[in-house]
Amino acid sequence: MKLSYYPGCSLTGSAREYDQSIRELAALLDIELVELADWNCCGASSAHMTDHKLATELSVRNLELAQDEGRDLLVPCAACFHSLRAASLSLQTAKTYTPKFEILHLTTLLSRPEWLQKISARVLRPLSGLRLACYYGCLSLRPPAVTAAADYENPRGLDLLVESLGAAALPWSHKTECCSGSLTMARPDIAISLVGDIVQAARRAGAQALVTDCPMCQANVESRQPAGAEKEPALPVFFATELLCLALGDQKKKKSFREHLIDPTKVMAALDSENAGSH
Amino acid sequence: MSDPAISPAQGSSRLLMDLHGAGLDVSACYQCGRCSAGCPVAAYLDLLPMQVVRLLAYGQEDQLLASHTIWLCASCQTCTTRCPNEIDIAGVMDFLRQRVQAQGTKPAEKRVAAFHRSFLRSVRRWGRTFEVGMLGAYKFRTGDLFSDLKLGWAMMKRGKLRLLPRGIRGRRQVRKMFTKGGRGKPT
Repeated sequence: MKLSYYPGCSLTGSAREYDQSIRELAALLDIELVELADWNCCGASSAHMTDHKLATELSVRNLELAQDEGRDLLVPCAACFHSLRAASLSLQTAKTYTPKFEILHLTTLLSRPEWLQKISARVLRPLSGLRLACYYGCLSLRPPAVTAAADYENPRGLDLLVESLGAAALPWSHKTECCSGSLTMARPDIAISLVGDIVQAARRAGAQALVTDCPMCQANVESRQPAGAEKEPALPVFFATELLCLALGDQKKKKSFREHLIDPTKVMAALDSENAGSH
Repeated sequence: MSDPAISPAQGSSRLLMDLHGAGLDVSACYQCGRCSAGCPVAAYLDLLPMQVVRLLAYGQEDQLLASHTIWLCASCQTCTTRCPNEIDIAGVMDFLRQRVQAQGTKPAEKRVAAFHRSFLRSVRRWGRTFEVGMLGAYKFRTGDLFSDLKLGWAMMKRGKLRLLPRGIRGRRQVRKMFTKGGRGKPT
């Protein structure tokens, strides 16, 4: 499989471990990623709340670059995915554009039955015993008219993915609640409160960590996480692709997770000792 | 909702025309409250989403454009998704924010507006967002120089903030999108 790849700005900076793990995972799954040459920022929420035309034009340039390549376009960032899909749909409605390619969301792609099968067959290190709260956030799901997400109120894609690695995906209440990532700089007070609710909900469900596919959620939930009570350690937030690489990748290479603001070493150590005990 | 009581008789018909021009229609709202029940930031709002929709149907421009709500909306799309009458409420929030900026009036949440201006300015300049430059500009603009320094340092140590910008080859093309649209031009 060969795909065009639009990383988006976050994945070149604050979410660089997401980009790295996506590239590593693609190689493991025999997916060839060709980064879209000279792509520009999608504009994210800042553009669409300022100028509708600007928001569309920023995405149109990227759509044209992808159209020239003709391959389906993988867009791992939820905000970029949303912007590109929205622009594509509005051009199609205006009948000025017929796309020759699909805009693909990573989790939606990988949670298709054939990929899940392939993934579970290639697990070298099962993540059994790891209790995860799958956190989807907003923009890869809503509104479904833009995202084409099937189960937007109770999505299962990430759950199926981590289950295929042997981890437990817990039922919990805040799978699709907004973490207010777009307000995190200007109104950290709101972000801290919303993130606090999300993390408490994950704890209540018994999670050791969260797992997401949105780079804004990952950064926001790790950076704005209020300190828990004494016996409540902070919950790290993994990218789904990091866990996939951990389970499927070269087992001789030690994963450090040093990019994380919340150190997941303890969670990983607990996983190791659990697996050592079971063998 | 604060007094005086609202009446469609005093509303701005221009606002309603522009709303229609933007492809938005709020007239089917029957005030069920699903938008407001699901809003993650409802506790911080001066007007609930359902109140925004009703005030808009009545053309109450001044009250809407002066509200904090339109800036605190996080664009999570929950309201739009759940509205039984297919009203694009998140789109309405964008429409109102764009209107404040087009009129050049002061946004009720200055920091939120300053953040988005800094973000777009970075895109205009480099074709992509350059996080360090953008955050620096935001801090300069708001005078909020000292918050999040610890966080910035933690990100820096982990290689999450690049110190030098990398412009794309097509940045001239991107810049043109800003000047053409006029409103996209950050001030």
